[in-house]
Amino acid sequence: MERDDIIEYSLDVHHSEEEGVKMRKSIWRVTGLLTIITIVEVAVGSLIKQSSSIWPVVKWGFIALTLVKAAYIVLNFMHLGHEKKSLKYVILIPYIIFILYLIFIALTESIAVGAAWEKYGV
Amino acid sequence: MAEHAAKQIDTKTIWGGKISPFSTSYGKLMMWFFLVSDALTFGGLLVSYGFTRFNAQDAWPIGEETFNSLPFLGHGYPLIYVALMTFILIVSSVTMVLAVEAGHRMDRNGVTKWLIATIIGGFFFVGSQAWEWSHFIHGSDFGKVELADGSQAIVKGHFGKLQNFTVIEAGKHHKKGEVIKDKFEGDLMHQFQHAVEKGHIENGVIRLHDGSLAKVNKAADEHMFLVIKKNGKTHKIGQKIEGAKASEMYYESINSGEPHKVIYGANLKQNEYGPQQYGHFFFFITGFHGFHVFSGVVFNIIILLGVLKGTYHKRGHYEMVEKTGLYWHFVDLVWVFVFTFFYLV
Repeated sequence: MERDDIIEYSLDVHHSEEEGVKMRKSIWRVTGLLTIITIVEVAVGSLIKQSSSIWPVVKWGFIALTLVKAAYIVLNFMHLGHEKKSLKYVILIPYIIFILYLIFIALTESIAVGAAWEKYGV
Repeated sequence: MAEHAAKQIDTKTIWGGKISPFSTSYGKLMMWFFLVSDALTFGGLLVSYGFTRFNAQDAWPIGEETFNSLPFLGHGYPLIYVALMTFILIVSSVTMVLAVEAGHRMDRNGVTKWLIATIIGGFFFVGSQAWEWSHFIHGSDFGKVELADGSQAIVKGHFGKLQNFTVIEAGKHHKKGEVIKDKFEGDLMHQFQHAVEKGHIENGVIRLHDGSLAKVNKAADEHMFLVIKKNGKTHKIGQKIEGAKASEMYYESINSGEPHKVIYGANLKQNEYGPQQYGHFFFFITGFHGFHVFSGVVFNIIILLGVLKGTYHKRGHYEMVEKTGLYWHFVDLVWVFVFTFFYLV
């Protein structure tokens, strides 16, 4: 049902059988990648203890892998990578700012505040 | 997308607000705006969690210690269950994107097939979360113990099976010399833990509900050790106590005859894993996410009914599947962050 008074953007996303084959291929590739990342995370998480000396590196590694996973989900599964540039950044910039804020609070601010409590006490 | 740039658009359409600067339909754009705002909600929760968690440092429970059980297999499998849940959610996200892709080719059977697969995946995830909550609330066999010096420790290892209670002083129901066995699986354990919480155990003798006193016969614990999670007079956070000393200290508290020496499982006031806030965050963050998954499953079912009825096929496009798809992927996206910040680091 195409209305002539508005533009039906929904019809633009249609694609052919051949394009579909290509897209499914890329979907399965991303699936494999996400699975491998999760397996690596769990393996590292159960092998390396938090008391270990390389834990800080592992912690940053986990965060990096999480961001890779998140990027693949947003850009590939949610098709944001294929949307118009303006839309892409309207969505991505708030996400990125908030993720940076989360990392800063969790790994810098909280530890500093914790240390201050310990030093000066209540 | 690009096609519209080439299309001739008359001034009436442009000035009438009929054109989207993002080249996206109204519905999809609104879904994206909702997802941004929802991400801020989850972001707020995770930021407050991250602040509290790293503020507490070693007093906070470690994911691989707390979540190390599998259904039917017991414990000793760090993080495997959560990894499985993550995998289930990723797979259901994949089936969803396949449904969307089928919709773009107007392949109604394909959409139906993949949407049903997604709904099944969603139910599996919600079910897994129910099991995890139940496990978290019931807790371990040992619980968290307050030691003689006022410190608190979590206890790891295999709890020796309770064999029976031998009555040494008769009460209302039980006679002297009677041997009380499990009436059903976990019955003795339930009575034992209840008595520990109330402080009804002294020197290996348990006071039962009816007032009778009985000797507790129990197999030895294996590989038991304590990890201090709250400072006391002599023990400090992070200290590990192993071997006979651990067992001695644990049973000293059990047999003290004082209430509240041991905490089993979790509720909103206290939990055996760590600080009180840990339980709050666990229930709120995983609960809020689980509620999102549940709503997602409901949306998917509603859309599936539309697909089966042929509503979208008649409309000429499957954008409704795409919109719920966006929501579904978002739920997966949030879980990726919850997984990292709650379970891994």
